[in-house]
Amino acid sequence: MTPATTPTTRASAGPVPVPAALALGDDALVLAHRLGEWAGSAPVLEEEVALANIALDLLGQARTLLSLVGDEDELAYLREERAFRNVQLVERPNGDFAHTIARQLYFSAYQYLLYARLAEGDGPFAPLAAKAVKEVAYHLDHAEHWTLRLGDGTPESHERMRRALDALWRYTDELFRPVEGLDGVDPAALREAWTDRVGGTLRQATLELPTGPASDAWTAGGGRQGVHTEPFGRMLAEMQHLHRSHPGASW
Amino acid sequence: MTTTAPETVDRAALEAVFDAAVAADERIEPRDWMPDAYRTTLIRQIAQHAHSEIIGMQPEANWITRAPSLRRKAILMAKVQDEAGHGLYLYSAAETLGVGRDELLDKLHAGRQRYSSIFNYPTLTWADVGAIGWLVDGAAITNQVPLCRCSYGPYARAMIRVCKEESFHQRQGYELLLALSRGTEAQHAMAQDAVDRWWWPSLMMFGPPDGESPHSAQSMAWKIKRHSNDELRRRFVDICVPQAESLGLTLPDPDLRWNEETGHYDFGPIDWDEFNEVLRGNGPCNEQRLARRREAHEEGAWVREAAAAYAAKHAPAPGPGGGTPHPTPERGTAASGPTEHPEAMA
Repeated sequence: MTPATTPTTRASAGPVPVPAALALGDDALVLAHRLGEWAGSAPVLEEEVALANIALDLLGQARTLLSLVGDEDELAYLREERAFRNVQLVERPNGDFAHTIARQLYFSAYQYLLYARLAEGDGPFAPLAAKAVKEVAYHLDHAEHWTLRLGDGTPESHERMRRALDALWRYTDELFRPVEGLDGVDPAALREAWTDRVGGTLRQATLELPTGPASDAWTAGGGRQGVHTEPFGRMLAEMQHLHRSHPGASW
Repeated sequence: MTTTAPETVDRAALEAVFDAAVAADERIEPRDWMPDAYRTTLIRQIAQHAHSEIIGMQPEANWITRAPSLRRKAILMAKVQDEAGHGLYLYSAAETLGVGRDELLDKLHAGRQRYSSIFNYPTLTWADVGAIGWLVDGAAITNQVPLCRCSYGPYARAMIRVCKEESFHQRQGYELLLALSRGTEAQHAMAQDAVDRWWWPSLMMFGPPDGESPHSAQSMAWKIKRHSNDELRRRFVDICVPQAESLGLTLPDPDLRWNEETGHYDFGPIDWDEFNEVLRGNGPCNEQRLARRREAHEEGAWVREAAAAYAAKHAPAPGPGGGTPHPTPERGTAASGPTEHPEAMA
């Protein structure tokens, strides 16, 4: 199956598979951008620091990954919506703090398991994964702690967290779809460990794993194929407009 | 002197110890006795400074989502994060004087404490991010470096760290403008326009002229403040003029010229009417900045309540007959906290 569009930048100089580098790199880039939208609006000053920290880690990962297969700015700023390979989960709008935490919990648990597996191998992503898995361990810890506080805090926070977990659940199935060229790692193999980890946290937080469908009928697995949700186009418009307004300029 | 009440004797003795410590350039620490007015002045100044850090996140955060390269995006995110961190140090420094972060934030939100007026100007283009770094952070550093020797220990120590990070921001702002200035015609024009708009407000950051600065004399006597507003302003202009030349940009002041006699640059009159109007709340963004801050605080209330409720539930069980468990602040929860640069705390 051919992706809808391929990036115009040079193919990997070495053995780095482009689809996998874009999948991992776009996940990190898009989530970094979303977290950056929180700047100045976090519920407490410590969270301004924490959310920015996670965003910066992810942006660093994105830059490394995209640079493996091209020019990071060309890839970030000059690709159209359909050429991005991130999962839809990371592009979901921030919503309230519970939505942001639920998104982070689902994604960090996945990214942690995936990087840990990649770091064990000797493929082209192993060095990045070995470094990044340590960062992601903190992201997951942060999301888990907030899940506990919100789930087991007040009735309002419990209800908000429950709603957020439900709303984002349908974007979780996609995490376990195959990614071409991922050092032989099949994301499907991570599902059991992911479910255990997330489920365990939710139980401790007096919450439950949602029971609804983990994907919808039409876009299941769409992000990796360049099919995104409507808010993503607007996110890209904002992210790319200045760069695109000055073709060829250096910044 | 057997007729003097003991309290008076004690107070006189305490004051003598305090005055001697200040005179000897020793640091006053939280547990030391200090005059009430000294404490009040410090709380006002540190709170303004803290509030300026967190309000100051807004004009720059305005460009995080539009930063034109991933490198610039990372630099800007890190900078805005540093400002939150400075807020934390400074609210903590204020806390050592007996006032909590929540109380100070309430005063900010109620409009009863100020933040630096410079943040009531809008960031209209990407170049504004550079101009803020170069000029606003540059002015802040000029104001703040002397605060590293401030007589109050916790404030002085917080400022050492703040100044290190601010000087990094200033270099980044300069470097951003340099890239624009040497870039395309449109980029150069963008940089010049930003400098034109930020230059005068930056000079106002040093506060009113010395003759009209109400709190300056006492603050200098207490060694909270070390140099006058006009002295610091002149120092800043002297630093900026050659830097503007290296940037290939002009400063919007036809009266700016080197004065052989004084060994400083002469500069034109500052529009203090504009300064006073912005201070009174009539700047372009006063309402917007405060509204956004209040909104973030109000929207976060349920999160802070949840964190407190969770901490209370999971606090160590009280002993037999023990009362309500005291919520323990944890990492990432709403404990109480610290802040940076209002106009020279005139």
